[in-house]
Amino acid sequence: MSGAIASGEAAYQAALRQRRRATLLGFALLALCLLASARVSEAYPATLLAGLPRIGEYFSRILPALRWDSLLAGTETEGSLAFWMYRLDSWAWLLLETANMAALATLMGAGAGLLLAFPAARNLGAGTLAYQLSRRLLEAMRTVPEIVFALILVWAFGVGPLAGILAIALHTAGACGKLFAEAIENTGLGAWAGVRSAGGSWAQACRFAVLPQVAPNLLSYALLRFEINLRSASVIGFVGAGGIGEELYKVISFNYYEEISAILLLIILAVCAIDLLSERLRHRVIGALA
Amino acid sequence: MLELKGLTRRFGATTAVDGVELVVPDGQMVGIIGRSGAGKSTLLRMINRLETPSSGRILSGGRDVTALSGRGLREWRRDCAMVFQQFNLVQRLDVLTNVLIGRLAWQRGWRRLMVLLAARFTAEERAMALAALDRFGLAETALQRAETLSGGQQQRVAICRALLQKPRFLLADEPIASLDPRNAQLVMDALRDVNRRDGLTVLVNLHHLDTAREYCDRIVAMQAGRVVFDDAPGALTPERVRAIYGISEQEFAAEAEARRRAAAAPARLAVA
Repeated sequence: MSGAIASGEAAYQAALRQRRRATLLGFALLALCLLASARVSEAYPATLLAGLPRIGEYFSRILPALRWDSLLAGTETEGSLAFWMYRLDSWAWLLLETANMAALATLMGAGAGLLLAFPAARNLGAGTLAYQLSRRLLEAMRTVPEIVFALILVWAFGVGPLAGILAIALHTAGACGKLFAEAIENTGLGAWAGVRSAGGSWAQACRFAVLPQVAPNLLSYALLRFEINLRSASVIGFVGAGGIGEELYKVISFNYYEEISAILLLIILAVCAIDLLSERLRHRVIGALA
Repeated sequence: MLELKGLTRRFGATTAVDGVELVVPDGQMVGIIGRSGAGKSTLLRMINRLETPSSGRILSGGRDVTALSGRGLREWRRDCAMVFQQFNLVQRLDVLTNVLIGRLAWQRGWRRLMVLLAARFTAEERAMALAALDRFGLAETALQRAETLSGGQQQRVAICRALLQKPRFLLADEPIASLDPRNAQLVMDALRDVNRRDGLTVLVNLHHLDTAREYCDRIVAMQAGRVVFDDAPGALTPERVRAIYGISEQEFAAEAEARRRAAAAPARLAVA
């Protein structure tokens, strides 16, 4: 009996040592890889240390020079809030445009993603060709960043929000389509067999047997994507594709320091507000549909 | 008339249905019995073409339906409605729309598009659906979600869906295997009613020999994919049962009951 305990304990200790050795080896390899990649990408500690204070310096430059005594004075008085935000009206308009871009792009992208998600869901048996085509198309749309799409579309459609909307929509279709397809793959196929056995076509089965079952999930994904797209829409203007990004890019490149901080603050506030709102909406939608 | 000629289905090395020959005249109510794995389910699913036969032919009124595809296949499926053990309703859709799914294969032209995009059926079709629901005492549930109904109610909704297909055959695959005795009786009564009043040919897979004897005009027994008995219910004596299955009728019933309990648990999970 005690022999069994002793040998068992010895085996346990051996297994423990083995696991510890493997873990240590793993960490050593990881550290080696990190060092190598730091060397390749020129992420030297010295550069990091030299650059850090300059980040602080930049922030201190873009901070507005506000003065307590004239904080609430008019746009003419230096040091007042109104002086800092002197172009609030046009910035607010640009922010609204940005939010609209995000909303439209999400709607278009999620719609296109939905259509592609059905053939891209393995369990619905759309045929190898349709499956491969839709999967590859979704991948392509997802892998290319919005800003690259925007550069191409600005060239095609000219400077303005349309290029931005289409660029974000394309990327959204790719990202949502994959998530949608996975949600579809996780649904049971009982209802599917029910509709098919009644003589329903493939499209009818998608519409009646699958869509109602996955709708709450898809809606939740789409709203989450809307929050992400709002952030994308606020920088896509850097390449001339509309929204507040264009203005931000201009003030950054002209070193209008105080305006940079004003716009950044406005973007952060808008993103926070929409985040909160959309999160509430998402939870309510899930609650109502589930 | 439905004719099966040498109908066979193989899954890899196993033969689920093995050369079944069967002729079913119109208007008959046929009970197909057998232990689990006897090939009853595969047989019905092949007739509806949810499974593709490995060999053999299915003839309906002399017409070969074994190789149909596209619209021809959809119209054949419409003509031989199916009812499943797990009901196979769309849980999150209301009962009325679930029943109207039986009309999908009837839509033509722009109506087909309207139905696909907006799930808009005609007033006549809604009236048909409500009449069918009312016939089985379910009219009040029309706007409820299917998932809020009990198993017995869901199965009767599935029968309503089948009726809206205006089919000639009704294939019921273990329709009462997940139900308690009371609901099982309601569903079997509904199937008999459909057979007697609407004149549909009914093929129903059953575990319970007593149920088969009580409701069916003819009993087909299957064992290991083959038809081993095909006669009037009266001919299925306890001696014949023991000769076919090697177990007594009580053991057969106990096995069926154990299966029902096992099947009823996941059915509730699937609803959640």
